[in-house]
Amino acid sequence: MRAFIIYGLKRLGQFLLVVFIGVNIAYIITHATPIDPVEQSIAAVTAYGNTSPEAIDLMRESLRELYGLKGSPLEQYATFWRRIVTGDFGPSLSSFPTPVMTLIARALPWTAGLLLTSTLLTWMLGNLLGGLAGYYRDNKTLKLIGVIAMGLHPVPYYISGFVLLVVFGYIWPILPITGGSDININQQFDLNHVVSILKHSILPAASLMLIGIGSWFLGMRSLVSNVVTEDYVTYAQLGGVSHQRILFSYVMRNAMVPQVTGLAMTLGTIFNGAIITEQIFGYPGIGALLVGAVYAGDYGLVLGVTTFSIIGVSAAVLLIDLIYPLLDPRVEAS
Amino acid sequence: MRSKDLNSIKSDHQSDTVLSVQGLKAYYRTTHFGVNREVKAVDGVDFQVQRNEIYGLAGESSSGKTTLIKTIAAALKPPLEIIAGRVDFAFAPDILKMQSSDLDDLRWRHLSYIVQGSMSVFNPVRRIRQSFVDFAFRHINKSRPEFDKLLDAHLARVKLDPGILNAYPHELSGGMRQRATIALATICRPDFIIADEPTTALDVIVQKNVLDMIKEIQKEMRSSVLLVTHDLGVHAHVADRLGIMYAGRIVEEGPTQTLFRNPRHPYTTHLISSLPRIGDDTMRKGLEGAPPSLASPPNGCRFHPRCPLAMERCRHEVPAMTTIGTEHRVACFAITT
Amino acid sequence: MAALKVLRDLLKTNTEFSIGMALTVIVLVIAALSFCSPYPPMDMYVVPLDLPPGWPHLFGTTSRGQDLFWLLTYAIRNTLLFGLSVALMSRVLALVVGLFAGYKGGWIDRVLMSINDTFIVIPLLPILVLFYFVMRDNLTWGWLALIMAMLGWAYDARLIRSIAISLRNRDFTRTSIFSGMTTREILQREHFPYVLPIVFSTTLNNINWSIGLEVTLAVLGFTDINTPSIGGLIYWANQHTAMVAGVWWWIAFPVLLLVMVFIGLYLLAVSMNEYIDPRSRLNRMGGAA
Repeated sequence: MRAFIIYGLKRLGQFLLVVFIGVNIAYIITHATPIDPVEQSIAAVTAYGNTSPEAIDLMRESLRELYGLKGSPLEQYATFWRRIVTGDFGPSLSSFPTPVMTLIARALPWTAGLLLTSTLLTWMLGNLLGGLAGYYRDNKTLKLIGVIAMGLHPVPYYISGFVLLVVFGYIWPILPITGGSDININQQFDLNHVVSILKHSILPAASLMLIGIGSWFLGMRSLVSNVVTEDYVTYAQLGGVSHQRILFSYVMRNAMVPQVTGLAMTLGTIFNGAIITEQIFGYPGIGALLVGAVYAGDYGLVLGVTTFSIIGVSAAVLLIDLIYPLLDPRVEAS
Repeated sequence: MRSKDLNSIKSDHQSDTVLSVQGLKAYYRTTHFGVNREVKAVDGVDFQVQRNEIYGLAGESSSGKTTLIKTIAAALKPPLEIIAGRVDFAFAPDILKMQSSDLDDLRWRHLSYIVQGSMSVFNPVRRIRQSFVDFAFRHINKSRPEFDKLLDAHLARVKLDPGILNAYPHELSGGMRQRATIALATICRPDFIIADEPTTALDVIVQKNVLDMIKEIQKEMRSSVLLVTHDLGVHAHVADRLGIMYAGRIVEEGPTQTLFRNPRHPYTTHLISSLPRIGDDTMRKGLEGAPPSLASPPNGCRFHPRCPLAMERCRHEVPAMTTIGTEHRVACFAITT
Repeated sequence: MAALKVLRDLLKTNTEFSIGMALTVIVLVIAALSFCSPYPPMDMYVVPLDLPPGWPHLFGTTSRGQDLFWLLTYAIRNTLLFGLSVALMSRVLALVVGLFAGYKGGWIDRVLMSINDTFIVIPLLPILVLFYFVMRDNLTWGWLALIMAMLGWAYDARLIRSIAISLRNRDFTRTSIFSGMTTREILQREHFPYVLPIVFSTTLNNINWSIGLEVTLAVLGFTDINTPSIGGLIYWANQHTAMVAGVWWWIAFPVLLLVMVFIGLYLLAVSMNEYIDPRSRLNRMGGAA
């Protein structure tokens, strides 16, 4: 138990380091460039109309305050961190005066739901199929799946998104292609609404899953073909242990362990994929929120979503890291 | 060196044969880029193992002994193929022709395996207890709690702390793991145990513990053990009878003491004489040449290129195993003619 | 020459390599054709709009009056050059961090790997979006390539580090040290042949990665969309609602070329890795005795 606590503290330390470095990068990008976001926002806001110089000055003043750009660089840095810790990213410019945090909180469940289910499903399904393919090397169906996986896996997420969009939006329009749920449905927690949500999430999820399964499949297949040559597998075969038991308890259970690490490492990429997928399908998650914020020149919202993404992904990785010793008991020993 | 003497062997013997190997030939056949390659790892082996005896198989690394035990245990995978011969166990006649489902039934219950100490035979992500359940539970028709009691009793009997059952493999030392392996291999009280280099890569004191454990269990269960190792010292310690293997064939076989006191085959003579003995400080001379490649072995007797007694006949004819004493057989023209 | 013989061996025996090679060569040829294009890349409205594929416009024309085929040659050339420059620049960081951490070990290794893992975990797209938000039109291809190179070295650094660790501990390294070779000699003569293949395959994967990220940004409109690039083409096609308007070729051909690049480079990397890794070689030969 003590070993686990030490391990947990180390992982927590890594999490804090990631957040620290990541947020600092965000800070450097926004504060160390010669471009002044205040001027940018003012330019965006005043582009279409005639605004009086006094109004512009007032705007400049309040924007500076809003963006935490008042005072010396040290004061700005302190303000920046203080706001992050308290979760206060200020109000959104494009949806004034709604606080950025509210917008994020509204959009987060969509992204979380989409990512959680599609990632877990692809990971489990990909590993299962890949494991079977690695064990039953001569099975024709599994070989075929392998070839398809190899062809699909380097394809980027937006292509699968586009293809699905075209196929199910125009050629065979049986599934909804935009939005999180039907617009004219009561936004309450009843069966109709839930079904609508599910229907709208099918295409975005499918887009993520089609590509994702390929890489887990290929990885697991190669891992399994290595594990199968391990001594304990050969010994179990010599011991007459049932094939099913060997496949699941000896082979897959061991091959799965590096895949858990792989999941932690690719969460960032999966998140990237979710951003573009949400954009393609108009899915109201934080990915779409980010893109919209950039188009609208909403500095607070962009910074807020970026910071939040960094913290969110790192937290998910921390969670996986903490689960890891449950799967591989050797980890605590080192 | 403590060894069983001839008299005690005779009185312990029941005259039933547990393992009988006849004319066994097993080659590795590969075809790669249109070139056929045949490695004659086991090329005509005959021997028998009786009930309640430890039969030692000695030989260098390229003698084919690993392939031989793979074949005997019917654990063949391509490119290893049976070319000729048969293997009969008392509990499984003609094992090489058995269906894999029948084979799985008798594995562990009648035939088990102890392997080299450095190999990790336990599933690294599961506790030791789980391996016992996986290997043995299906053979023992009892409930799970009764099985656990049986486990504890078995471990206690072989002087292992039952606490190790709850440990993970990496938490045990090499010696503990090996003794746990022996406990695992013997829990179903099998008729036949194949022990493949059980003491290699263990330090000397642990080696002695492991060997003593094997001996004690064997004596108590009255099962047969085929002990394969290149280490003649180990054979001297535990084996009742000894077979010397060279380049895919057995060249001499007999009771351990006989072979140590009176080796006849030139190869055996060289092996025995190269063992260090207390008080004997004569220079040891190495054998000229190297063990032959099993892909293109020499014609006739495979030892003839390095043999000090080689004759013209040895180059063309393969000597058969001929009895020259009590249970003492040798395959050598120079000795038997 | 030994390299040619290896190439021939691979082509003959390895289907993955042949397919990968074929795809890559086709793409490279198309990219090279950009130098014979009759239309300057930035010109618009020089040909009739929205013509389907045929003669003389092999891939049809766009809604901006550009010949799609010749535009595509420029686009793929720019995209490939971009990917290559990111990959080359990030090799430097990946090699430095990976080799240093692997060879030195100890606390240097731990510190470097902590930082390394940070860059693996951080989701890069939001960061790049933030860069674009702040720099807007000042985010030229050069800057973007540099930024991505400084962010995308982490995964490969880990791979290189594990090679370095295994090399450091191998017997032949110790033998070389004992036989008096200097560190530089060891690194050059003994270790380099092992490190080179992994560097090569990670370069190919990195090209895929950087092109993928760049196209993602471009599709969102977050790059310099006026120089032709594959992502830029898709962006403009979306802006002109090509799919709805029935101008399917405007999206289909860039996507097709992109997929060819990805699959081609990926297959090359995978087949080279497998060829070099001795264990998989044995597997292919039917197992060792």
